[in-house]
Amino acid sequence: MKILSALAATVFALAIWQAIVSLTGLPKFILPGPALVAETWWQNRWIIADHTWITAVEVVIGLAFGTVLGVLTALQLANSRAARVLVQPMLVFTQALPVFALAPLLTLWLGYGLWSKVAMAVLIIYFPITSSFFDGLMRTPQGYLDLARTMQASPRAVLWHIRIPAALPSLASGMRLAAVYAPIGAVIGEWVGSSQGLGYLMLLANGRAKTDLMFAAMLTLGVFSILLHLIVRRATARMAGEAR
Amino acid sequence: MIPAPDLTISGTATIEGAPLFAPLSLTLGSGQWTCLLGGSGVGKTTVLRLIAGLETGADFEGQITASDDQTVADRVAYMAQDDLLLPWATVAQNVSLGARLRGETPDIERRDRLIERMRLQDHMAKKPSELSGGQRQRVALARTLMEDRPIVLLDEPFSALDARTRADMQDLAADALKGRTVLLVTHDPGEAARLGQSIVVMTPQGLTSCDPPAAPAPRHVDDLETLETQGALLRLLREAA
Repeated sequence: MKILSALAATVFALAIWQAIVSLTGLPKFILPGPALVAETWWQNRWIIADHTWITAVEVVIGLAFGTVLGVLTALQLANSRAARVLVQPMLVFTQALPVFALAPLLTLWLGYGLWSKVAMAVLIIYFPITSSFFDGLMRTPQGYLDLARTMQASPRAVLWHIRIPAALPSLASGMRLAAVYAPIGAVIGEWVGSSQGLGYLMLLANGRAKTDLMFAAMLTLGVFSILLHLIVRRATARMAGEAR
Repeated sequence: MIPAPDLTISGTATIEGAPLFAPLSLTLGSGQWTCLLGGSGVGKTTVLRLIAGLETGADFEGQITASDDQTVADRVAYMAQDDLLLPWATVAQNVSLGARLRGETPDIERRDRLIERMRLQDHMAKKPSELSGGQRQRVALARTLMEDRPIVLLDEPFSALDARTRADMQDLAADALKGRTVLLVTHDPGEAARLGQSIVVMTPQGLTSCDPPAAPAPRHVDDLETLETQGALLRLLREAA
């Protein structure tokens, strides 16, 4: 039933797309139709696959680093008042900066290769991971803390046995957000400076008026992002308390 | 188990200068159930939390002393209306939570004995979400017993249960906590009349001691004197309001 409704929604979207192309009669370098994009995708499937692989590697490494960094930061913040006073404003400020503006800097510092894109992905997911896990750590139900107090628990034991497990559902929702954001970060990095990846391919195709190839790359990125989100959703189901 | 001490709390509590309760003095008899009965907002939970050494949001001026001159807050076990079972931990893990929080090795045999005593042996590996309200409260009682403290503080632990389960739990708790100094905070006159070996009504005017029924606790739900006491307690509560 779920697959059926997803299929129906896809067909509907394709129909609207085709209808716009047919009704407006726009030239194919402005708006290519679904059939042409599909054909282009098939002809370039190996090229697209290569670039997708590059982007995927950047995203997965970025997700891993960003999650670890975010979790460690949230634990620090939850544990120390000084850290909250000193670090939290900085954290919010970095989030207020458009990541786009940082991309050229990162390319300058880390080069054209993989790591500047990983850094972009890390930057873009660091905040959602940190803030969701931190919120979870600070919102432990008071009753649990009272109970632990009457049991003479040390702060460390309370953190390990109560506050962290109670915050895992929040961390899971942060990670699910991160799975959607990370590809955006990597692609922005590729736009600013790279010779590989789906972002690079899109830019290249656009520059040569190969709009059909650009669409093919863009749709591939979309499908990749959805798959990644589904995988992370599955992987965090237990953490979120959904697994039964 | 260490012999249970007498416990006395005396003093006043204020919230931002406004009095929460008038100067009072409450003594919990050694090895006895004291029921502190009162309506919402009279500060009965505050009294319990002060004894437990928990945050109350009120400024307390006075003292809490035990007849054996030892500290109080580290000798209490606490049970609340919310069972406070950790949803990610199994029944067995919840029962032995205290030891894990103190970094001790839990006494598995004792834990299993308590779980059996609470008739939960078939649910050891289950998560709290798989249990009924009564079963969950039995796990909480097993956890309280596992702590093996001479002083037990109960903050309306049975008030969310249906009538039959509540009566069962009252019997079970009365039996299991025998010999300990127990403070039961409740708003249910029937519960106080069934369980109290000493009954104290808390109103904005202060504390009023009431004679408990003659029968030994836990009293039968249809014991005439218990029902009379229940009525008298309810009248007291209504007059005070």
